[in-house]
Formats: sequence, structure tokens, C-alpha cells
Amino acid sequence: MATYETSDESVVVVIGSGAGGGTLANELCQKGAPVVLLEAGKRQSTATYVNDEWASFGQLAWTDKRTTSGTWRVARDFPNLPAWTCKTVGGTTTHWAGASLRFQRNEFRALTTYGRIEGANLLDWPLNYEELAPYYDKAEDKLGVTRTHDIAGLPGNNNFKVFYSGAKKLGYRNVHTGRMAINSKPRKGRLGCMQIGFCFQGCKSGAKWSTLYADIPEAEATGRLDLRPESFVTRIEHDDAGKVSGVVYFDKDGKEQRQKARVVCVACNSIETARLLLNSQSPQHPNGLANSSGQVGRNYQRHMTGSVYGIFDKPVHMWRGTTMAGIVTDESGNNPKRGFTGGYEMETLSLGLPFMAAFLNPGAWGREFTSAMDGYANMAGMWLVGEDMPQETNRVTLHPTEKDRFGMPIPNVHFDDHPNDVAMRAHAYRQGKAIYEAAGAKRTILTPPYPSTHNLGTARMAAKARDGVCNKWGQTFDVANLFVSDGSVFATGGSENPTLTIVTLAIRQADYITDQLSKQTL
Amino acid sequence: MLRPKEGFMQPTLPSRREFLKQGSGVIIGALVFSSGPIALLAPSKVWALELGALDEATGKALLKFARHLYPHDTMEDAVYAMVVKALDKDAADGSVKKLLVEGVASLDRAAGGDWIAKSPDRQLVAVKALEGTPFFAKVRGTCVVALYDNPLAYAHFGYEGSSWDKGGYLHRGFNDLNWLPDPPTDASPRLSRAGA
Repeated sequence: MATYETSDESVVVVIGSGAGGGTLANELCQKGAPVVLLEAGKRQSTATYVNDEWASFGQLAWTDKRTTSGTWRVARDFPNLPAWTCKTVGGTTTHWAGASLRFQRNEFRALTTYGRIEGANLLDWPLNYEELAPYYDKAEDKLGVTRTHDIAGLPGNNNFKVFYSGAKKLGYRNVHTGRMAINSKPRKGRLGCMQIGFCFQGCKSGAKWSTLYADIPEAEATGRLDLRPESFVTRIEHDDAGKVSGVVYFDKDGKEQRQKARVVCVACNSIETARLLLNSQSPQHPNGLANSSGQVGRNYQRHMTGSVYGIFDKPVHMWRGTTMAGIVTDESGNNPKRGFTGGYEMETLSLGLPFMAAFLNPGAWGREFTSAMDGYANMAGMWLVGEDMPQETNRVTLHPTEKDRFGMPIPNVHFDDHPNDVAMRAHAYRQGKAIYEAAGAKRTILTPPYPSTHNLGTARMAAKARDGVCNKWGQTFDVANLFVSDGSVFATGGSENPTLTIVTLAIRQADYITDQLSKQTL
Repeated sequence: MLRPKEGFMQPTLPSRREFLKQGSGVIIGALVFSSGPIALLAPSKVWALELGALDEATGKALLKFARHLYPHDTMEDAVYAMVVKALDKDAADGSVKKLLVEGVASLDRAAGGDWIAKSPDRQLVAVKALEGTPFFAKVRGTCVVALYDNPLAYAHFGYEGSSWDKGGYLHRGFNDLNWLPDPPTDASPRLSRAGA
């Protein structure tokens, strides 16, 4: 582990240690770059994780106050918790389920494939599948994704058995235990899955990939990483020439620090990335740093989501084992005959008793609710995740009056479903319900979207500077030595869980940054 | 909104020692289902909850109110007492105490007399009349966390809680469902021998 002076102008500062930032920091260190990794949260470990949903939420989740607006139900049920992401070393890779799917070719060409859709701000990505394929390959190897690189799939748990049975009866073809960044047997210093059932609470066996115990220790072993937990970045600063010169952050003692930098990479998850850029406004950047396009914070995507639970007359014990190792991919293609554009995945999901109560039907009370809870042991569950339409008006903005403890405006997250999102969700609910009915469910329950874990698009990449914030490398159009390194760069969301693509882009970005550093262009 | 729970989770029923200590109020109850899962956990069929801020009448009314909000007919009052315990803790804040005490008084008004003495149907009418009030929101919000996040509730619903300390479910039934056929191995590979 390295220690750099705050006055050291040669370092690459990476803000955020999750799938984007944690990966990027490691890749840069492996290639010889000095990296200061600033993380707002504390450092936990597999030993300190807890198998207790509320206690774990308190330990890992990002609970700083945010506000919400718009017609999405999250704004009503969880007005100050638009997203379920993490503030801890490893970021949301501590919480993620591990589903690791490549985007489909056409999903990088959403505008070309789907055509113009009213109200949607569709865009083709400025890169294509072929460019990413070798990096996807590296990412799958890094994460140890099952069903790639000759890695066996995970054995299906009880929840999967129900899911499989119903899906097959319904005629679905592609049903299996998924491509998961969870070891089916020990690999690369990480244990095999113990089927603990608390994937969302931090994997205590370390079988699930997380930057916390995979990439960050690797980076530390190079002697080039200076990881600073509990360091909350409030501003990115630039010099008169227009290049970023460093960042201002508050350390674990609440003391203001100023770290100089040669390059700054922002990977704070889409809400905080946009907020940090907007909060870094200056006379040169009056609308926020790197925001000459006006697109910073806009096109916020959260995926079309929803859940279906089926209640059976016999026990399922869905909480036993991997939380999300089960998938139907048949609906993930673009087939407008279904009445909507884009596609969705259906993935097994379970919640423990405490979170089932919190999320089954937020705000509900009475016998309709409790009779469903009474069936908890006999319940099977799935999550629906599909491509949502980017809309300019779905956006992260700075709150006009409310500030955090450092005096910086808090973010407001505005979201309205696009009619396409609504049509897709209705279809997905219908199919999910049909799966469980085919498996013999007595009752099915359609659960509204949870606070967002997939947060995308608020600093999207584009071919032209007027359409987005970053180029195809995640380098901002306005400031050459400022990069965005998380899901904020997604031009569109695809139907897949985003982490694998975030990691893939980060590996690729590390190549680009080291190349540019060696050419002295940064 | 979601917030981390605060210390209301107790691994055992309120103890007799707590009962003897005496506070401003005490609720005493008895387990109804002597052979249920909770009885197995309980040291005694009698339980007591000592209150710090609320009096006994308020505590009992809140327990009954919680039963109307989240009715699980076969679930012991001892589990609902966890909600009262959480509310009592919050009532250390005078404004919360006022909200709860006045809320119970408004139940009495809505019921046209002593609410807790009315029939269950009439009690429920008064509960519904208060929907949308801050009192209702406070009790409901506390219920949905406290009622389902304690070992007694886990036992009632059959949820098994923490598993890593028992080696997860790898060799303890993660795939023991036997009322459906097993999926083929291409969809669901057999457990790797080198599993963990």
C-alpha cells in the first residue's frame, strides 16, 4: 500500500471503489500508475458482514439524504431513498447479486434498432460489441463468471427448481442457473459458494466477486494504491487552462483535504457522479463540470423492474442459497409484437422475512398483506429487469435549498416511467405470474420496483459532444483529464444487469488512460 | 422511509427480571399456543414487557392496534409486544410520546368510548378512521419493521435467519425441495465436490 502526498500532481485520483472505480484502480496499478482511491464509506470485510438484513443495510447502504420527484412509486414509498446502493469500500459490489450478462449486439445500437420513440432520448453507443468483446472476455475471467471460461454453473436451489419447472411448462427454452460472478468451486483465491443466502448483505464466504476482496487487495499488492476510506469528495477543481487539477474531500475526521491529481476518474454511481459534477461548477463551467452539453444528470435510467412472488401449498424456503442464480432469457430480445420495444430478463430473487415485509407492498396493511406474509415459507420469487427508455427529464439535479453536512446541495432524483416501460412491466408481470401458476402457485403477488440498484446514464457517452458528456473511452468532452468510470456512461441500459459491462468498460478505460499517460497527452 | 433498526431486536422474550424491575408500565401476557414454535424458544409461558416511557394502558392499546394493522391470527402477542417495545423506546422522545398517547385517545374518540373494550369489528372501524394520520403512520411504519425483524417472528414464519455460522445451506437443504422434479444438469449442474 502506497502513501502519496496530497500535493503530488502525478497521481490518478479515482473517486469510488465499486465495480467501476475499484476495477479501474486495480487495472491502473497493475499497469504502473500511481492511484489515490477515495471512498466515502468505511472498509468492511467478509468477517464483519452480517446475515441480518436491516443491520446489514445500516452497515453498507448509502443512506445520506436524497429527495425524489416524479410519478414513480418509489417517490411515494421511499421519498428519501431513491436508490439502494452502498457507501463502503467495494461500493455496490458488496451488495450486488452477481448476475453477469453481456449486452446484446443490438443493444449498443438502440436508436438504429428501435428507431425514434416519442419521449425517449435514444442514442447509439459510440462503440460496438466487437470492440468490447475482448474486454468482456477479460472481465468474465476476472469475475469468474459461471458458464464462461469453462467455469461450471451453480447448482440450482429450491427457488430455482420452482422457477425452472414453471418456465419450462410455459414453453421457455433458455432457463438455467445463470451467468454468475459467484464461484461454483474455489477459484483465484476465493472460496466456492456455501449457499448462504445473503448475497445482498455482503458475501461472507467471498465466493461472490467484490472489489473489496478481489481487486483492491491486488492493487494494494502492487504498492501503488493509496486507498483512503471515509473520504467524501465534494468538489473537483480545475486550473485556468481548463484541466482538472485535483479534488476537495473531507476525511474520516471531517477535515477538509485537497488532493492534487494528473487525472481524475469519477465512479460514484450515477446519482453521486452527476451530483459531484454539478456541484463542481465554476466560472468556466457554470452549469457543472463537463456539462457544456447540458446532459449531466439527464437520461437517468434505473431499468424497468418489478418482482413476482408465487405462493405454493408446499414449502419452498426460497431464502436458502444464492439469491439470484436463475434466469429466463427468452424475453430479452427486441420483439415489438409484444407491444413494447426492447427486452427484459427474469431472474430468481429472494428476500429475507424482514425485507419481504418492507418491500412486498410498501405502505400496505391489513389481511391482504398479512395473508401473503403467512405464505412466506411457501413462496418463490423472481425479479424482472428490462431496458427502460432514456428520457431527458428523468434526471438528477441539485436540491435548491437542502445541503449535506459538508454544505453541498443534496441530489434530487426525478423519474417518470415512459409508456414503453409501463407496457414492458405489464408484460413481464403477466409472464412471471404465468410461470408460477404453471408451477402450481395458489396465489401470485406483483411487487412494485424497489429503490434502484441499477443507476445509469447520467453522464452518457456519445459520438458527438452535443449528445452526451463522454466519448467512447469515458473521457469527458469538455475536460481531457477528467473521466467517468461507472454506469453513468451508459448511453442506454440494455436488458442486462449492468455490472459486467461497467467492469468491462473500466478495464478498457484503464488501457486507454495508461496509453494516454505514456503519450503525455493527459 | 427505510432506516436501520435500532436495538429493538431481542434474542429472548422479556425476562422476569425485567418485569420485577418495574417501570412506568408493564404488559404481562401468556403464550396462547403452548406447542407452537415460539413456545420452544420461550423460557416461560408467561412474558412481561417493561415500559420506560408509556403506561400500561397505552402499551396495551398499541399492541392491539398493531394486531389490527398486521393481523396474523396464530401469532403470539409476545411478537406484537416487540412493536410496543420499539414504540416505547421511541417515546423517550417527548414528541413521539405525545403522538402515541394522543393517538390512543383519538382511537377512544373514534370508537365513542374505551376503544380496547369494543368488539374487534368496532375496533377496526376506528383504526381505519385514523388512516392517514401521523399516529397511524408512526405505528404502521414501526410495525412493518419491528414485527418481522425478531427471532420470535422468524420462528413463527419458519424463516431461518443467519446461516453463515451454520455453514450456509450447502449441506443443509438449499436444494431439498422434493415436490417438483429436479431440473436437468445442463440447467442446474450437480453440486461440485470441491464446493466449498
